[in-house]
Amino acid sequence: MNSRTYRIKNLHLVAVVVWSGLFTNSLYAIDPAVVEAQQRRVAVVNEVSPTVVAIFSASGEGGGGSGVLISADGYVLSNYHVTSGAGDFMKCGLNDGKLYDAVIVGIDPTGDVALLKMLGRDDFPIAKIGDSDALHAGDWVYAMGNPFLLATDFKPTVTYGIVSGVHRYQYPAGTILEYTDCIQTDSSINPGNSGGPLFNDAGELVGINGRGSFEKRGRVNSGAGYAISINQIMNFLGHLKSGRIVDHATLGATVASVSDGSVVVESILEESAAYRRGLREGDEIVSFAGRPIRSVNQYKNILGIYPKGWKLPLEYRRNQEKETVQVRLRGLHAQSEIIPGQKKKPQPPGKEGAQKKAPKEPEVPAEFAKIYEKKTGFANYHFNQQEQNRILGRLNQWGDYASRNGLWKISGKDQKGNPFKVELSNEQATLSYGGKVWKQSFDGSELTTDPPNTGGLLVALHHLRLFMTHHGFLFSEFMYLGTEPLDGLGNRVDVLTSELTSVQSRWYFSDKDQTFLGFDTQVRPDTDEAEIRFSKLKEFGELKFPSHWSVSSGGANSVEWIIESIQLSPGPKPTGKQVTSR
Amino acid sequence: MNWVFVHLLRKTLCCIIIAGGMSLSCVSTVANADDSQAAVRSIQSRMVKIFGAGGLRNLYSYSTGFLASPDGHIVTVWSHVLDQDRVTVILANGRKETAVVLGAEPQLDLAVLKIEREGLQLPYFDLENHASAAPGTRVLAFSNMFKVATGDEPLSILHGVIAAKTKLTARRGAYEVPYDGPVYIIDAITNNPGAGGGLVTNTQGELLAMIGKELRNNESNTWINYAMPMSELTPVIKQIMTGDYVSQETKPDGEDNPLRYQPLDFGLLMIADVVFRTPAFIEVVDANSLAEELGLKPGDLILFVNDNLVQSCRELRQEFGRLEAGDDLSLTIRRDDKLMTVDAIVPRKVNEN
Repeated sequence: MNSRTYRIKNLHLVAVVVWSGLFTNSLYAIDPAVVEAQQRRVAVVNEVSPTVVAIFSASGEGGGGSGVLISADGYVLSNYHVTSGAGDFMKCGLNDGKLYDAVIVGIDPTGDVALLKMLGRDDFPIAKIGDSDALHAGDWVYAMGNPFLLATDFKPTVTYGIVSGVHRYQYPAGTILEYTDCIQTDSSINPGNSGGPLFNDAGELVGINGRGSFEKRGRVNSGAGYAISINQIMNFLGHLKSGRIVDHATLGATVASVSDGSVVVESILEESAAYRRGLREGDEIVSFAGRPIRSVNQYKNILGIYPKGWKLPLEYRRNQEKETVQVRLRGLHAQSEIIPGQKKKPQPPGKEGAQKKAPKEPEVPAEFAKIYEKKTGFANYHFNQQEQNRILGRLNQWGDYASRNGLWKISGKDQKGNPFKVELSNEQATLSYGGKVWKQSFDGSELTTDPPNTGGLLVALHHLRLFMTHHGFLFSEFMYLGTEPLDGLGNRVDVLTSELTSVQSRWYFSDKDQTFLGFDTQVRPDTDEAEIRFSKLKEFGELKFPSHWSVSSGGANSVEWIIESIQLSPGPKPTGKQVTSR
Repeated sequence: MNWVFVHLLRKTLCCIIIAGGMSLSCVSTVANADDSQAAVRSIQSRMVKIFGAGGLRNLYSYSTGFLASPDGHIVTVWSHVLDQDRVTVILANGRKETAVVLGAEPQLDLAVLKIEREGLQLPYFDLENHASAAPGTRVLAFSNMFKVATGDEPLSILHGVIAAKTKLTARRGAYEVPYDGPVYIIDAITNNPGAGGGLVTNTQGELLAMIGKELRNNESNTWINYAMPMSELTPVIKQIMTGDYVSQETKPDGEDNPLRYQPLDFGLLMIADVVFRTPAFIEVVDANSLAEELGLKPGDLILFVNDNLVQSCRELRQEFGRLEAGDDLSLTIRRDDKLMTVDAIVPRKVNEN
């Protein structure tokens, strides 16, 4: 290189430096909106960062992932495939740099959701819940979490991207795990992001990141990440708080799309509620849970966001006639299929770096002994017990029903003035109404659904007496189920369930003040339920009792009963058992 | 030393410009959220999902396309997905149609399909009405990647920034890619399975480029996220659509490159390549050639070159064009309804000039 070119290049260097300097200065002066947009992003990230959780196994070995706080007392949402790898006791880090103990609460292996509880504070920062159905493709979203488990100070990593698609359906990959109605994003989702939050542009929680499409580029972000919609998770939240292993739902019918774009019933189980409500092969499904159905994926999407047992409106068409019915959804799986360690264990969606074998079941550490109880069908039965106590505590304010376990006599009249009289004892239920008398014995004889078209009111009333006097004590199964919309359309209510022989009952309580709102009793799995709703609580001597009952079954018009008198005798001998909870 | 320093500074400068462009377009998207939603929907309504051959191992059976006429001309990438008589095309509204390949230009990795049903009045892109973009431009990428969307579900959208406009030097598997023209390099992972034939637009919804196949960089062996500018594709698309397309068969892959192997290098003269897919029949075998040594004869139909199906004389030339001296060469031929395979080592190319 001769000296001449050398000099020229030096000049060139100077010119470039000066120019770039000018450019830089003018850039920052260009448009305040740019700075404003950036400041807004920074503000959102600062606001939500304290709610993002880094999850590790208690031993520090094995699994890990991310989560997000949704309640001040420490409830955290994450992925099932994160907690299944991390174990029932975990360590959770927040961006304040502190590490907290956490315990598993409830799991949804099908939906890949887990609820855990962080301990030690009642003032945890919480994420604001957004509306995932309001998202559009193209909206900006923030994915936060602990990708590659690289944040040793627990400060979350932020990746910013757009919504690539909404209402996506992702097939189960050889397992029971499926992502329905999920959000697709190009925000970078990597191993370790699993369980972490997806926030919308306003910093509201719209999803839980958990899955990605990977192929030949390896198990890192390839531009297609998926988040479970927060609206789905909110449907399941009450169930998850029950400490149970929760299940998803099926209508009991398979559908297929036909050439004209409509979706028709291909086959249907005769014991399903949908069949009892009149749905048959060949009927066109018009809408479900208020959403129109135009493809099989849409049907799967909608079905996938609801828990087993919810009652939802189904609209179908046959010969140009449309019919809307309320259908209670069946469970998608046999319980053995969703209990970890039994049968097919759901595999993680294959992206967590942390997905080695779950650590060996540890001894329950002393500090967790009071908040963890193992029981089949539950992730942590302790939380079920807590919820039962919360609800039944309020019921005890109706009076000392525990001592009234003798003969019950209830009488009144219906809305037309026809009198009725009910007698209930341990051995028998009798109803005199409309000039007829119905009897049901409980000596092992077959249970009926009498009177006709009531779904088995006699059995239902018998179970009401068992429940009021002994709560769960006399049933073979009794638990807090979670929350569901009352009668498919109403407000969310807390639900307790009981089981005795073939009879299953659901007991409904206001989720606001735990008022006992009514119950459904199903005599056999293939029969319609007797549905009793209470109102107008009245004092009958020392006891409070609802004075208005609405009685119906199978979608038929209800009969209104006005209670005029109750006589609930003390039993021959109190059981001596504590009945508020076992 | 100083020179390197200058170079670095230039790069820095370039980065600043990118940052500037990014922020500016960002503001415009923020300001017109409703407008962008409308633009997104408008683009998606003119795109299609394509389902065809494949489905084995790593060969996915789906790709993306976009409508170029109201009659159902569809532009997409030339790929194995089109290796069957008819492919299934799913319109944005979920309607299923069948389409046939109207023409293709493998040099550009480009194919134009035509929906068989006549009389359709479909929403389409006016290809003359495309834009170009400089590095730093914010873009959206629309595609059927990973087959996430089915039926009438809208295609996936990614966001990104044009990182560079450059010439493509890439390979697919072991082979060089014939196209070496200008491409946009994008900082988002646009080139996923099934994304080929998707669109890159600016945030105003103007057409910029077609997403290519999944390719690796020649030098670094990393995956490239690239798209071919519409300005490169539009003239050929128009020609194929109007039937004026003159196939560049006279200059297929590597034929203008004296370093590339041709059938004659092995002593093979193929039959006259007269139609779009002239089967690769051998017309003449030169005496004392490798072909003769291998026992090839006139009338043999060459079906596979190194396990790659060759469906035409042109594809044969492409496969030969990708060979290097010393490569294993395996030819599967059909002779009188019998299949036979011959193996050889590619000899050093003899340059006559």
